[in-house]
Amino acid sequence: MSITDTRKGQWWFRRGRFYTSHALLFLFALTTLFPFTWMVLASFKPLSEIRQTNPLPSEWHPENYTDVLNSKDISFKKYYFNSVFVAAWVTLLTCFTSSLAAYAFARMCWPGRDAVFKLYLATMMVPGVVTMIPNYTLMVQLHLLDSYLGLIVPASFSAFGTFLLRQFMLTISPSLDEAATMDGASHWRIYWDIILPLARPGLIVLSIFTFMGNYGSFFWPLVLIKSEHLRTLPIGMLYFDSIYGRQTNLIMAASVMNIVPLIVLFVVMQRHLVRGIQLGAVKG
Amino acid sequence: MGPRRGRALRRRLSATIIAGAFLLPNFLGFVIFTFGPVVFSLAASFTNWNLMKTVPLQWVGLDNFLKLMQSPDFHRYFVNTAYLMLGLPVAIAGSLLLAVILSQPLRGVVVYRTLFYLPSFTSGVALFILWKALYNPEFGPINQVLETLFDWAGLTSVKAPTWLTSTQNPLALAVEYAGFSPDQFGLGARDAIIIMGIWTAVGGGNLLLYLAGISNIPQDLYEAAEMDGAGACSKFRHVTWPQLAPTTFFIVVMSFIGGLQGGFEQARVMTLGGPAGTTTTLSYYIYVKAFEEFQIGYASAIAWILFIIIFAVTLLNWRFGSRYVNY
Repeated sequence: MSITDTRKGQWWFRRGRFYTSHALLFLFALTTLFPFTWMVLASFKPLSEIRQTNPLPSEWHPENYTDVLNSKDISFKKYYFNSVFVAAWVTLLTCFTSSLAAYAFARMCWPGRDAVFKLYLATMMVPGVVTMIPNYTLMVQLHLLDSYLGLIVPASFSAFGTFLLRQFMLTISPSLDEAATMDGASHWRIYWDIILPLARPGLIVLSIFTFMGNYGSFFWPLVLIKSEHLRTLPIGMLYFDSIYGRQTNLIMAASVMNIVPLIVLFVVMQRHLVRGIQLGAVKG
Repeated sequence: MGPRRGRALRRRLSATIIAGAFLLPNFLGFVIFTFGPVVFSLAASFTNWNLMKTVPLQWVGLDNFLKLMQSPDFHRYFVNTAYLMLGLPVAIAGSLLLAVILSQPLRGVVVYRTLFYLPSFTSGVALFILWKALYNPEFGPINQVLETLFDWAGLTSVKAPTWLTSTQNPLALAVEYAGFSPDQFGLGARDAIIIMGIWTAVGGGNLLLYLAGISNIPQDLYEAAEMDGAGACSKFRHVTWPQLAPTTFFIVVMSFIGGLQGGFEQARVMTLGGPAGTTTTLSYYIYVKAFEEFQIGYASAIAWILFIIIFAVTLLNWRFGSRYVNY
């Protein structure tokens, strides 16, 4: 076999791989997009057209969305508010408590530090259902069932967040603290003025994770919330589905409105997120 | 004690107090909402605690665990949980395939990556409600497409699966009122949930982990392999796959742990654990026992069995994980 033959073979091989790759990616993109596309199209259809096989609505009905928002049976706007309100508070509190603890773990020396940190790590593998039941009975005792406080407070102390921020803080050079200590700065000053700004990428990642997780949180609000005006979006969606179950077009409009904020958040924060997920998997 | 040592001691003591102050908010929450509950739920699992207070609270020793071991329900739901986990290797293999394709210098890689991540990012109640509609045997688009295909191929006797209302399964596991009927491909509610799970997971976090893993493989390993005349397949077998072993190990362990606790939201939103209990997983069973029947003791016992399995897997991970990481 001459050299040109092999080159030609390789060329064909490369072309083949190129086209196969693109074909596979395209096929997979179609599969990914199909449910979303159907959801959006169905949300603009009149109910009678849901059963038909025409992919596009014959007439577009954007009023499906306003029907959901102004429905008398459900207060979708209130669910939106509750979800964002709870998720925002949890995110703020989690970032604060986790970064303080992470500072103590990453930038300070004290007896028993590593033992306490191991305890934190060990509890990260405890399944949620184990702690969920005692936490529920605790909420009963504290009369926090069916309240914003009951939704926010138990979710605001994250072992994972502490772990993640500690990893970030360990990468910051210790000479910074030493210099600041020489200048007579207190630990609070070092934490607030030096470490927190430098740990910003970590805080962003933790914020996104926490916000998303609590915006979509299902189990805890499901068992905790009984009143209509305290329902978060997932619980409201479930309730909406149970009473409007046959009106697929409205249900789909509600689903679209549910996930649009997530998609926006994702597109805006994509760069940070990809790094965060990869960092979160790095073992300490 | 000289004055100097006294001062050093005092400084260390005050440093510890300051560290304690930094740790305190998080540590309090940790003790109250995580560590305390773990201990408390272990204690509860040895009692007959019932929130409806129909029976006086009693220490019952291992009764809950013995009852569970003999309960046919528990066995079935355990099998269901394991069944739903059959989708995990498929999803992981899919992520690996996509990662290999996406780490080539192709146009549009970032767009594809973003797109593939969409399902796992938006996953939750809204998507489960969406899939419930997709699987609907009357108007769902999945069966519309299938039926069009059958018509087109002239297969008149073939019926599309009824998905979430069907107890069929390709493994022909015995379920009451259910057999295996080949004209619906033997697909039922559990398979529907598996397919949805694969769709969600393939482009998710695992893909990103694999992409990071591949980008960390030293390029000279590939060059050396090329020198030896290795083709694409043998480069994958002898370089990519072994180099990715730690990533794969991590992903498999994490997916396994997640799978054991999985299926709750799907069951609650899509099927209520039915038909005939085929989509009831252990986590949904715990929910029913604890929050619908208020049998706190019994539910805690199930939760602890889950925890023990997960703990064992984590120990294996610690024991053997490091072996794979040090390549």
